[in-house]
Amino acid sequence: MIPVAISIAGAVASVLLLLFVLELIRQGRLRERYAMLWLASGVSLLVLSLWRSGNSTIAGWFGVRTYPPAVLFAVATLFILLVLLDYSTVISKLADQNTILAQRLALLEERLKDR
Amino acid sequence: MAEAVRTATVRADPRLASLKRLAIVPALNEQGGIGLVIDEIRAFDPDLEIVVVDDGSRDRTAEVAAERSAHVLRLPFNLGIGGAVQTGFRYAFENGFELVVRVDGDGQHDPSQLGALLEPLLAGEADIVVGSRFAGLAGYRSTRSRHVANRIFAGAASLVTGQRVTDPSSGFQALNRRAIALFAADYPHEFPEVEATVMVAKHQLRRVEVPVVMRERVAGRSSISFVRSVYFMSKVLLALFVGLFRRTVVPMEDR
Repeated sequence: MIPVAISIAGAVASVLLLLFVLELIRQGRLRERYAMLWLASGVSLLVLSLWRSGNSTIAGWFGVRTYPPAVLFAVATLFILLVLLDYSTVISKLADQNTILAQRLALLEERLKDR
Repeated sequence: MAEAVRTATVRADPRLASLKRLAIVPALNEQGGIGLVIDEIRAFDPDLEIVVVDDGSRDRTAEVAAERSAHVLRLPFNLGIGGAVQTGFRYAFENGFELVVRVDGDGQHDPSQLGALLEPLLAGEADIVVGSRFAGLAGYRSTRSRHVANRIFAGAASLVTGQRVTDPSSGFQALNRRAIALFAADYPHEFPEVEATVMVAKHQLRRVEVPVVMRERVAGRSSISFVRSVYFMSKVLLALFVGLFRRTVVPMEDR
């Protein structure tokens, strides 16, 4: 079983994360598309923090007997990796679009010069 | 004086006359050499239109090219050779050019050899002709590591395409309308020629190599560091491998 203190700390941190993400969306500083992974990680961590027996069960599946809260770290790390990978795809797409814009600009400028 | 006139021009093929044709010249900080490249292209074929793609130069490359009344496409920042050359292909495609040659702005490609490059295209035997440094003619001296890299790329490209490829990284090329259309729509980013070799095969365009001699770079940085070359090598091989399974942006035609 997870110690109660860790359970509470994890839950508070998860709720703060969720509230912060929701506030960013409300202010229009975070697009929903990029908020989805953050919300999913917040909800997952919240559930794993509060559901203490479930956390221990999952830890048991992976043979983690001595320190079940390690599951919290593992899940948090997994979500961080997912978010970073998602960002890499976003950056690649932006770079491609940036290239196209630069090319179009050069072509249009040349066309204007002909007039 | 008479001698000067005699040496002036190498006459272009009469079959070229009816074709709307363009030389794409990618250039980065080549204010010293770009004028000569333009003059040499005109010496080969005075009616070959020239578009210089200035890939974010910080010197007077664009001005020098414009003074010689070449078309200039000025990119607002450096895109890398792939993005720069593709700008030229887009220009060629949108303006209805039927034939394109690519001559690098650093002077390593000798325009007097364009005749050999164009021959298979004019004979209708190829969609893209690539000038190869390793297909016969001697003369190209390269550093050992570059040579090894090229052999690895050539081996990988031959394996992947099932055709004999001796110089997959050569940018000295001639293309017909089919190849122009493909590259205008989809062209790889950095170090693009190797990857493009696979694209060409996938789209079943006919690729022909002709032997050429390339010149030494007069100036410029040819000393790619070891770490950089390993990075490049890995990236190109990754691109080759992934390219096999990549979804094609441009629909493939049946032939």
